[in-house]
Amino acid sequence: MSEKFDVIVVGAGPAGNAAAFTLASGGMKVLQIERGESPGSKNVQGAILYSDALEKIIPDFRDDAPLERHIIEQRMWVLSDDAYVGSTYRSAAFDQPPYNRYTIIRAQFDKWFSGKVQEAGALLICETTVSGLAMDGERVAGVHTDRGGTVYADLVILADGVNSLLANRAGFHPELKPRDVALAVKEIHFLPEPTIESRFNVQPDQGVVIEMAGNITQGMVGTGFLYTNRESLTIGVGCLLSDFKTRGVAPYRMLEDMKKHPSIAPLIDGGEMKEYCAHLIPEGGYKAVPQVYGDGWLLVGDAAMLVNSVHREGSNLAMTSGRLAAETALELAGAGKAMTARNLAAYRTRLENSFVLKDLKKYQRLPQVFDHNHQFFTDYPELLNGAAHTLLTVDGVDKKTKEKQVRKSFVRRRSPFGLMGDAFKLWRAFE
Amino acid sequence: MIKVEEKLFQNRYRVDAGRPHIEIRDAAVCQHRCVSKPCTFCCPAACYTREGDGRVTLITDGCLECGTCRVICNEHSNVQWEYPRGGYGILFKFG
Repeated sequence: MSEKFDVIVVGAGPAGNAAAFTLASGGMKVLQIERGESPGSKNVQGAILYSDALEKIIPDFRDDAPLERHIIEQRMWVLSDDAYVGSTYRSAAFDQPPYNRYTIIRAQFDKWFSGKVQEAGALLICETTVSGLAMDGERVAGVHTDRGGTVYADLVILADGVNSLLANRAGFHPELKPRDVALAVKEIHFLPEPTIESRFNVQPDQGVVIEMAGNITQGMVGTGFLYTNRESLTIGVGCLLSDFKTRGVAPYRMLEDMKKHPSIAPLIDGGEMKEYCAHLIPEGGYKAVPQVYGDGWLLVGDAAMLVNSVHREGSNLAMTSGRLAAETALELAGAGKAMTARNLAAYRTRLENSFVLKDLKKYQRLPQVFDHNHQFFTDYPELLNGAAHTLLTVDGVDKKTKEKQVRKSFVRRRSPFGLMGDAFKLWRAFE
Repeated sequence: MIKVEEKLFQNRYRVDAGRPHIEIRDAAVCQHRCVSKPCTFCCPAACYTREGDGRVTLITDGCLECGTCRVICNEHSNVQWEYPRGGYGILFKFG
């Protein structure tokens, strides 16, 4: 193939599809290359779809996108070994269309999204791995594929995911650091729809997400989750890779232990496990975002480390960055300008002006705070659950004494100075 | 003991027989220079095994293509990690 394209998009995940769709809709000649047998077959996510980011690309996506359940209830659990303290937000307003978020199954969703990309006019080639970037001096001029061909384009958008070997090998950014990525493992368990609905107190089409922190991560910085799909549940846990490395706990063991927690086991009981996945999640935040543009290239989605780990958002940042990259390219092409680093810098500006980098910037201190203060994932969950247990056990001890016991447990574990310091650190991190 | 094989058994793969996409660059580095051998307990598919004599063996058939082994080998950079050829490797049914 010696054909030349306006843009080559590497990868058919949310970022790549958003970019390719926007470019093709804007009239550009787009080639998209995907290494999986079909789009989605290499992609892993929890998965929650946030409607807003997709609405801005495909406004009527609800007509035919494969959506599982819309979320009407969000639970946050802080777990000790045998208990949890939780908060729940459930709202009838979240049950009013258009719905704000849905559970999805990525293999199905990505295939659907890719269909839209092809309808818009992009050419998709699957089962093809891009083996390297074709350089013309300092400029990216195209890609080499494992089918032996080289394809050329004015712009290459790298939407090749968290590992982004291409950008790394081209020297655009250094290798990932273990403390900048979380390793998440998850399983999907199938159960009859009525069983899911009665266990989670929802009607057909309604869903629940449970986000969890505490002892399930065995002292590491991380979180767990449980999402309701139509006729399945996804359950998973993820922690900083640097913690997995030093603690010596196998990720699948952590997941198995989590599934046995007395608050979790009844929810998944009797489910048939049909798939086990693992994935790295970029969690380094704002400071870990690499250079995202250069001569003839742009980075989008996970490849650009665009994940808001605090709010468990990633695919919406991916889609938005893909769209913004495409809009940048369309604007340059429309003005007859070349895809040079200088001109493509407008993409970074668009990211800075959107929620994507605004949110990452807001929480830029958080990854370091958590990495250096494991007590938020160890001491506090136990203290909170211990306090709840003390206060809620009726045993003839007067309440004033109980309050004193709770106060003492906190001070003993963290010291007055430690408590104040932790409060300050959290305030600064979330400020 | 948790058998990760039982989990992986649920997955769909198209194995590129005889062409592993990940290789250990220098076996001696794993055996003699790497003390903790984190790949042998961090890999979510347990592709890496620590042998009695300190060697590390790698079988990539169950690989989930996450990248963990490459990223945690940051002191030694001893993992040659590529994506499988197009169409091969893990094929997620649900993802």
